[in-house]
Amino acid sequence: MEILFNDYTLNIVVITGIFIILSLSLNLINGLCGQFSLGHAGFFGVGAYGSAFFSVYYALNVPSQVNMVMAMAIGFIIASFCGLIIGGVCLRLRGDYLAIATLGFGEILRIIFMNTDQVGGPRGFTDIPKWANIYWVYVAVVLVTILMLNLKKSAFGRAIVSIREDEIAAENMGVNLFGYKLFAFSFGAGLAGVAGALYAHTQSFLHPESFNFMWSVIILVMVILGGLGSVTGSIIGAIILMIIPEALRFFGHDISSLRMTIFALLLIGLMLLRPNGIFGTFEWGEKRRQKQKLLALQASGEKSGGGI
Amino acid sequence: MDEKTIYFLWDSLQYLINGIAQGSIYALIALGYTMVYGIIRFINFAHGEFLMLGAMAGFFSLAAGYSFQVSFIIAMLSAGLVAIIVERFLYRPIRKSGRIPALITAIGASLFFQYSFQIMFGAEPKQIPPFMAEKRYFLGQIDISNIDIVIFSVTILVLLFLWWLTHFTKLGKAMRATSFDLNAAELMGINTNNIITFTFFLGACLAGLGGMLLSYKMPIDPMMGTNLGLKAFVSAVVGGIGLMPGAALGGYILGIAENFVSGFYKSSYRDGVSFLILILILLIKPAGILGKNKKEKV
Amino acid sequence: MVASTLLSVENVTMKFGGLTAVDNVSFTIESKDLAAIIGPNGAGKTTLFNIISGIYQPTLGNVIFNKMPLKKIKTSKITKLGIARTFQNIRLFKDLSVLDNVRLGKHTRIAYNFFDGIFRTSRFHAEEAKIEKECDELLHLFKLDHKKYLSAKNLSYGEQRKLEMIRAIASQPKLLLLDEPAAGMNPTETKDLMELILLVRERFQIAIVLIEHDMKLVMGLAEKIFVLDYGNLIASGSPKEVQNNKKVIEAYLGAEISSNSNGETHE
Repeated sequence: MEILFNDYTLNIVVITGIFIILSLSLNLINGLCGQFSLGHAGFFGVGAYGSAFFSVYYALNVPSQVNMVMAMAIGFIIASFCGLIIGGVCLRLRGDYLAIATLGFGEILRIIFMNTDQVGGPRGFTDIPKWANIYWVYVAVVLVTILMLNLKKSAFGRAIVSIREDEIAAENMGVNLFGYKLFAFSFGAGLAGVAGALYAHTQSFLHPESFNFMWSVIILVMVILGGLGSVTGSIIGAIILMIIPEALRFFGHDISSLRMTIFALLLIGLMLLRPNGIFGTFEWGEKRRQKQKLLALQASGEKSGGGI
Repeated sequence: MDEKTIYFLWDSLQYLINGIAQGSIYALIALGYTMVYGIIRFINFAHGEFLMLGAMAGFFSLAAGYSFQVSFIIAMLSAGLVAIIVERFLYRPIRKSGRIPALITAIGASLFFQYSFQIMFGAEPKQIPPFMAEKRYFLGQIDISNIDIVIFSVTILVLLFLWWLTHFTKLGKAMRATSFDLNAAELMGINTNNIITFTFFLGACLAGLGGMLLSYKMPIDPMMGTNLGLKAFVSAVVGGIGLMPGAALGGYILGIAENFVSGFYKSSYRDGVSFLILILILLIKPAGILGKNKKEKV
Repeated sequence: MVASTLLSVENVTMKFGGLTAVDNVSFTIESKDLAAIIGPNGAGKTTLFNIISGIYQPTLGNVIFNKMPLKKIKTSKITKLGIARTFQNIRLFKDLSVLDNVRLGKHTRIAYNFFDGIFRTSRFHAEEAKIEKECDELLHLFKLDHKKYLSAKNLSYGEQRKLEMIRAIASQPKLLLLDEPAAGMNPTETKDLMELILLVRERFQIAIVLIEHDMKLVMGLAEKIFVLDYGNLIASGSPKEVQNNKKVIEAYLGAEISSNSNGETHE
């Protein structure tokens, strides 16, 4: 029992929730829209630092819950604004170039955090008020999940997916490519910003190295593991990749290098053996349900005869 | 001319010289990126790690008592050998799965080398003694190290060698043919798989060389590949990725720009310069300074 | 009632560097026309389609659709204005289901917004039901309704071509551009396709322009034919006029044969 409910474990659960949101938000950009972004940790950081800056220097004289909502809103707004600018620049590029450009921007953001003394710079940003807790995080997780699932199964979501599938065909369907890409990018960035606000106000401390390229890669592995484009997959991917290192820690291997080596091997293994991840582009159980619907239709179809 | 301007000019000259030395190393590493991209349109994220592996091999060779000349060769060949293995068993099977899986695999390989080496050899940087006695020459207000001159000369020699290789040898012709049209080259009887593997090998050797040359200036550690690799990549993109002169041009531009910013402004922003230049070039001319634009046919 | 000019292609020229793919081509399409563009390979037919649908901006000349010049208008907007097309190489969303492909065809006609989607308002539900019903009707017309949950990539070649057509029609266009709809089909399939195209024109009251190589289909179906050769419009008119046109025969069969044939036509 002690193992389950001590502070440390609780914090792991909190951080897992935050990474679920990060994973879901990256899935919107990389998975649903097919735009390969490698700088997502930067938006996470922007939301974290931005909201923390507000909380530490400009907190209002209102109950902490209101302040927390404001912090999350600020995290969202600043991060999505950055997403708008960065996306505006990068989304004209294709494939590899887009990936490298987003990586570059992610690093620029980190360097900015590192060189800004008001937020602590290399020493880190301390004493951020702890306005959020596990309940805040998981309410956010549920809301973001519902939002993503609803989005995916709506016209908007279908348009975004069509861009991933075939840009030229999508354009011919009337989908404004750049507009939708930019939307997915900045909205995904905004959600990462919300995750950042939650992170800042649960951990109470921020350091630029928590938002470097390595973290962008970790979030990416979570999405890929679950399946690029699968909302439920991103959740499962995040959970699995948070639990493995903790399980390793349990067995006494406490080195982050080992965790990263295993992540790296996992990435390679996934690409070699199962590039589509656990669920592929589908949701949990969706493939099975689709097949059932298909069989039902075909059975009745056989009576009406084949087509042209 | 007043004193301030004179100092400014001398400083600029110094930064220029430092930049050329630094740029030479970027160029050497960038060549590897650009050769691979030129031939299979693939960004080898793990290229920086070839550099690191070469430097590590060189370090251990020295520690084992071999001479500098031998260690240089060991460094280059080790990097090359690893590249061959990675290409043959990792990259080649994944290439058919698409660009993004290939990119992700490269990221995975890069991380794997960094962190597994960190576990094996520890994160502490290891210092390689300078491979030749350093002599500093003072000309007016600037000083030049003889090692910098050596680095620059080696780079020029490498560029000349590559130019000769690609334009005057049968192998070079095969390389160029493969980079123009892989399928056509196959049909002409060129074993493109071998050409690709060779290109990786050559690029990695150059990276290993760059790593060893760099070692007089900075200690080596398992993470050194990332930063340098990224900057070399930026160099390649800036100059025109896929084009060897582009890699050299980009390398020098980046080296000089970094030194100017670091010297005249703040040295902590040094790393930011490369990213800024990257974004500028991607905005203005993604194909790079020497590159040409291509459109997709519907 | 006089049919109004739906599409007007005016002196359109398309140059790619030194290559002139389309050279000063002009023609008009009236509403409910059934026309075909024919010509040897490389004559510039698909390029013309690409210009009309907004993928390329013409080097010279204008395209006017429904009295609206299409200069600098993006493809996505042109679809909204009422031009839909299919592709020579079939550009279906292969990993999506048949139904999803058709639903995407309806993208420009969807009457709810982002917030309706994420909050699942009643407007969302009503509109989604309407969309699915319309998609079902289209699929039923083309006899693909029992395959609606199949991934598009699992359809047969002929079914995929039909699906592309359905998807294009779903956007409720006034002008439908079909790029080689009969490619790879056997004579029976081609005959069925001909009937389908006529049905589509009647049912949906749209103008249809097709690019085709299959002369049986073209001569049997088209009311107006435009012949392109090396980017030039060398002939236009009814099937009979075009069949007897010397320049057309030359373009397809070579100058020698045309001077030997004495105007005789082949089937």
